[in-house]
Amino acid sequence: MTERFDAVVVGAGPAGSAAALVLAQGGASVCLLERGPFPGSKNMYGGVIYGRILDGLIPQWWDEAPVQRWVTRRCTTMLTAGQALTIDYRTSAWGSPPYNGATAFRPDFDAWLAGKAEAAGAVLVCSTTATGLLRNEAGAIVGVRTDRPDGDIEARTVIACDGVNSFLAKEAGLYHHAEADHFTLGVKEVLALPRRDIEERFGLRGLEGADFEIVGCTGDVPGGGFIYTNLDSIAVGLVLSLPGLAASKRRPEDILAEMKTHPAIAPLVEGAELKEYSAHLIPEGGYDMMPELGQDNLLIAGDAAAMCLAAGIWLEGVNFAIGSGAAAGEAVVEALTRGGVVAQPLEGYRRRLENSFVLADHKKLRRAPGLVLSDRVQSRYPQLACNLAERMFTVDNPSPKKGMVALGRQEIKRSGVRLRDLARDAWTGLRTFG
Amino acid sequence: MRSRSDDGTNLAHTAEATTTRPTTPVGDVPREAGRSDAWGSMAFEDRMATVDFRVAEKAHIEVDSEVCRSCTTRSCVGACPAALFVPTADGGILFNYEECFECGTCYMICNNEGAITWSYPEGGHGVVYKKS
Ligand SMILES: Cc1cc2nc3c(=O)[nH]c(=O)nc-3n(C[C@H](O)[C@H](O)[C@H](O)COP(=O)(O)OP(=O)(O)OC[C@H]3O[C@@H](n4cnc5c(N)ncnc54)[C@H](O)[C@@H]3O)c2cc1C
Ligand code: SF4
Ligand code: SF4
Repeated sequence: MTERFDAVVVGAGPAGSAAALVLAQGGASVCLLERGPFPGSKNMYGGVIYGRILDGLIPQWWDEAPVQRWVTRRCTTMLTAGQALTIDYRTSAWGSPPYNGATAFRPDFDAWLAGKAEAAGAVLVCSTTATGLLRNEAGAIVGVRTDRPDGDIEARTVIACDGVNSFLAKEAGLYHHAEADHFTLGVKEVLALPRRDIEERFGLRGLEGADFEIVGCTGDVPGGGFIYTNLDSIAVGLVLSLPGLAASKRRPEDILAEMKTHPAIAPLVEGAELKEYSAHLIPEGGYDMMPELGQDNLLIAGDAAAMCLAAGIWLEGVNFAIGSGAAAGEAVVEALTRGGVVAQPLEGYRRRLENSFVLADHKKLRRAPGLVLSDRVQSRYPQLACNLAERMFTVDNPSPKKGMVALGRQEIKRSGVRLRDLARDAWTGLRTFG
Repeated sequence: MRSRSDDGTNLAHTAEATTTRPTTPVGDVPREAGRSDAWGSMAFEDRMATVDFRVAEKAHIEVDSEVCRSCTTRSCVGACPAALFVPTADGGILFNYEECFECGTCYMICNNEGAITWSYPEGGHGVVYKKS
């Protein structure tokens, strides 16, 4: 390709397509590069997209986005070997526009969003892997190299939206914390179930959907589990700490199989037929482990910049990818209209991220990763909570009921959790989530 | 499901299914292949047979079995979600790139410098998700 673009965006995931859409809408010439045969073909997640970030980009997006179900029921479940305690929240407010969360297949959703960028004028090139940064004699970044013959793509700016492994960000030296500790492995089964069964098992009607986040289901490996409902399938999966998995003798699919046999989970998933198994990494380090946001003619967005928010009860990456990708696109458009060659988009990008939920949420939740993967949150607190519930609701006449405070004291003692730790975690939790 | 093709375009309906693992069903996967029993367990080959891999000619990951010989952790063996790292009798590792999710777990957890050379498959090849 001899044409020189205003920007080349690497990766047609949500970050890249949002960036390309904003660039094209802003009148910039943009090439959107994707290594898969179509956008979304390489992308896997749990299953819920929080779409409000699209309001400003695609008016009435909910009328056309390829959605499976609208989440109206959100459950947080704590498991021990034989117990389960669930906080079950439902609201009909999430069942009508502008909605809250939607389950969707990424191959559908990502292809749709990339199609929006294309319709706005972006040039989408699939089946092409960016193999490195293209530099001129002075060492400045002037595009990317690809694995196509004569495959250099020249551009004023490179926006790397190449996901969690971002080799472009690493090549540019932007990463300082790429160790395994800051990543988790997600594995997922999509299981076919007739629509009627899903509605019955999960208590849903029409296009209502359910979302379960589960803790205490990953054995000796720190992590968590999830179940999401699609139209006629369910997504059941795990998120596992990499060092924990490496140290464990257990395989991911075995831990998943075990979760599926838990008495609280089995009735939801039993008999469902596996349609597709998948695996993908998640950047979980949060704010303190983020790489630099770019340099000179290079910006990084989405998972490539570790912007996925993985903080226990929250697992949001698609909205953060769209938010950061759009911000990168805006910053480049701004730099171009300011005379192109001279202005650098990095400052504008940083400013936009700082003024939006992308960095605000991450800053607020910066302590969450350590807390969520701690042994206490992983196993001791679920055990404590379940035991407390069991004591509260067990009627062991002729013994009279015990007071809550006494029960609490006994169970905390029995759990082996030190009051000091409990107080400190409660305080950290309050400061983090409060 | 595994298909082989040489060009990166329109692979969807063309390639013939091939297999190297003897237990993987060839071609049409029997309907029962993906069905889990009440206990949720299933043969690993059946699990992998639900995934579409458009196998490239060239391996995108290479493992230097010589380096692995001195490895004490062998973390890759249990952690690779596709179970592609197989210990050999002589203390090395047998690796097959074909049914790889391209997740990155192996190179992240391996702490033996030079054991794994990792890159993405040639554009248009490798794993293709449909319902993820
Ligand atoms: C198990 C799991 C559960 C999750 N659950 C949720 C959830 O419920 N809700 C949520 O919002 N988020 C969730 N996430 C996070 C979410 O999936 C990510 O944060 C999001 O996909 C990031 O978008 P992205 O565009 O930055 O990266 P990606 O979606 O990873 O897109 C990157 C794109 O770049 C392409 N690419 C990479 N390298 C190259 C290259 N060299 N050349 C060309 N193309 C390239 C890839 O093929 C891909 O299309 C989950 C993630 C996982 C793994
Ligand atoms: S690939 Fe790495 S972790 Fe696996 S056996 Fe070889 S050296 Fe060890
Ligand atoms: S990238 Fe993932 S699936 Fe592929 S070999 Fe490495 S760990 Fe296994």
